Amino acid sequence: MSDDKKLAIIATKGTLDWGYPPFILASTAAALGYETQIFFTFYGLQLLKKDLDLKVSPLGNPGMPMPMGMDKWFPVLGTTLPGMESMMSSMMKKKMASKGVASLEELRELCSEAEVKMVACQMTVDLFDFSPSDFVDDIEYGGAATFFEFAGESDICLFI
Amino acid sequence: MADFDQELDASGLNCPLPILRAKKALSALDSGKVLRVVSTDPGSVKDFEAFSKQTGNELMESGEEAGKFVFMIKKA
Repeated sequence: MSDDKKLAIIATKGTLDWGYPPFILASTAAALGYETQIFFTFYGLQLLKKDLDLKVSPLGNPGMPMPMGMDKWFPVLGTTLPGMESMMSSMMKKKMASKGVASLEELRELCSEAEVKMVACQMTVDLFDFSPSDFVDDIEYGGAATFFEFAGESDICLFI
Repeated sequence: MADFDQELDASGLNCPLPILRAKKALSALDSGKVLRVVSTDPGSVKDFEAFSKQTGNELMESGEEAGKFVFMIKKA
């Protein structure tokens, strides 16, 4: 067993905004010398897809800042309009790029390079009828017991 | 500013990229060599202190130059 600190993360969300914390924290921890593992389950599996097409929704997300002060006056029902989610997602991506924030693909690649171990929850892969060919290559598959094998030895454990 | 062996321009990049790029650049250096990092991310000032503390790579200098943040890091 190594003496490195260990970080275990469970990633359960599959939206653009919630995709960032697992990859930012995992890649940074790896750079600091942590041995790091992310366990992707339920909607978190979207973060492992070869083609990431994640969205951020203003619907039911009252904390989300919107352009032109729309979050202050825009009716909640308006956020259900067709095309709203795509529009907000593309605006968010543009904003991130303009501020020098890495794309999720880039952060995921950096995690791979830093040997962050990524484990897909087998049960939810089966539940949603996903196939290993949907996902990036360098991942493993496992269940709850697999997660605890690593998490039980971890110094930090996060549920995201 | 003191001498350095390699320079990394992380201008325009935001958290955590300056740290990740610096880590990568340091990995390629021999022990005792100095990496100079230029960044525009205000958060990187605290982050490089924390990075140095946790990785043992010495932060020899941290300052501002022409509106940018400049760090000198010695590989452990």
